[in-house]
Amino acid sequence: MRLARLAPYLQVAPLTVVFLLFLAVPILTIVMVSFWDYDTVRIIPDFVLTNYQELLFSPVTWATYGQTVLFAAITWVITLLVGFPVAYFLAFHVRSATWQTVLFLVCTIPFWTSNVIRMISWIPFLGRNGLLNSALLELRVIDQPLEFLLFSDFAVVLAYVHLYALFMVVPIFNSMMRIDRSLIEAARDAGGSGFQILRSVIIPLCKPGIAIGSIFVVTIVMGDFVTVRLMSGGQSASVGLMMMNAMSLLQYPAAAANAVVLLILVLLTVAAMMRVVDVRKEL
Amino acid sequence: MNQGERGLGFYLLAGFFCLFVLFLYGPLSTIVILSFQGPNGGLTFPMNGLSTRWFENLFETQMVGDFAGSFQRSMALGLAVMLVTVIFSFMAGLAFRRRFLGSGIVFYLAIASLIVPSILVSLGIGLLFRLLELDTNWYSSGFGAHLSWTLPFGLLIMFAVFNRFSPAYEEAARDLGATPWQTIRHVVIPILLPSLIGVGLFGFTLSYDEFARTLYTAGSFNTLPLEIYGMTTNVTTPVLYALGTVTTGLSFLVIGIALAAFTLIDRRRRRQGSDAGRGV
Repeated sequence: MRLARLAPYLQVAPLTVVFLLFLAVPILTIVMVSFWDYDTVRIIPDFVLTNYQELLFSPVTWATYGQTVLFAAITWVITLLVGFPVAYFLAFHVRSATWQTVLFLVCTIPFWTSNVIRMISWIPFLGRNGLLNSALLELRVIDQPLEFLLFSDFAVVLAYVHLYALFMVVPIFNSMMRIDRSLIEAARDAGGSGFQILRSVIIPLCKPGIAIGSIFVVTIVMGDFVTVRLMSGGQSASVGLMMMNAMSLLQYPAAAANAVVLLILVLLTVAAMMRVVDVRKEL
Repeated sequence: MNQGERGLGFYLLAGFFCLFVLFLYGPLSTIVILSFQGPNGGLTFPMNGLSTRWFENLFETQMVGDFAGSFQRSMALGLAVMLVTVIFSFMAGLAFRRRFLGSGIVFYLAIASLIVPSILVSLGIGLLFRLLELDTNWYSSGFGAHLSWTLPFGLLIMFAVFNRFSPAYEEAARDLGATPWQTIRHVVIPILLPSLIGVGLFGFTLSYDEFARTLYTAGSFNTLPLEIYGMTTNVTTPVLYALGTVTTGLSFLVIGIALAAFTLIDRRRRRQGSDAGRGV
């Protein structure tokens, strides 16, 4: 029986080792290096606060963090406004289980394809000579191509919504499928209107799904750099890009300090959202 | 609640849903069409003739960097990550059915691995290898970085699966004299096979398309997403779309294989059904 008691530890060991080696130790390395010194050619083990001072007293940092938080907030609102109705339709209006599965799959398949390709795919649509501009010119809605469509903040947000709306749909759908249908019937019998049922029954019961979706969307956007780089055409900034720039100048301690600040911000945000939901209960 | 007439709400929501699907697939379909652009065609419509020239271009290495090499690396990495993700997640899933010392810590490590921005993981692993004076390589540091991304998904799926899995099957097997290994091999794995395929699908595709965590961990040889990202800055011909079409096609193929496997297993189960009550 000794072995039986040891079994869980042996079973969970490989996974734990991966997380320790490729998550915990690297993060600790970042924290350590953030206190190191550097010059143009190397990094020097030390304990200095200059990296944090330079970071936190620079107006560029604050502007970039502001931009990133704003992107995250806008994307969060839009993905929620898009994701909720989509999940609602799938959960409550599609009647046959087969259709539900099929439509759910239709929504999830793009998640399994390349993000970079999905971003590129907006070029023929939004570009200066793209489909949208051509159509609008043809219809004489505009007489010059709209420049803000591609390589702009608009394009960045559009790409975020395109890439990550799904992260909102899936957990909300999951929450909705667990709502006991008799609750809704009871609400209707008690005279609740459709809107009242939505507001007082469905939305409160979907809170965990909304919270999980929000955690996904917000954390991904806050750490993003690829989308901002590709879709803004280098005109917009993000914290991730700022780190990448420091890395390419071999200023590793500066990048590390920035990483620590971002990590704290992300963890605080997630902690706030976790108050709404016990993730383990939701699986 | 859904019996009876469809109301206005249904049609509005159905319309919204269709728009959402169009939004998801519309842009993707334009690049598939444009990848068949004629030899003198550009990155946008109109189509300037029709050709497969850009696909041919893809296989002439000098044109677009190292497409074949990066493709092979991504495939090898994806398959290895898939295998390891399935095995490690399954084992951990078994462990988490009981409370054990430190289970909370492991769980929060997994959640942390999911929510810590990918660029931090990438940066951290890159820095760690640099300090240890090890070279980063797609099959060492890159492999670990990918696992840090796929394993949380695998573990969460296994939680969901085991929450719905009745221990009665195992008890029955045990009562019939099966050893723990036999129980796993002949009872648990066959029942959970569709879910394990699902975990594998996640493992492969997340790795195959992974970008941020690979950036500082892949070393001197690019994986496919890194190669594509590099191309976006210096390639201005539809060869970019051809590559997009090919990789997306491959993703769809993998998803298709997984779905076919699900259906096949489901069908076989229905056909064989249960032999309860038939006697021996």
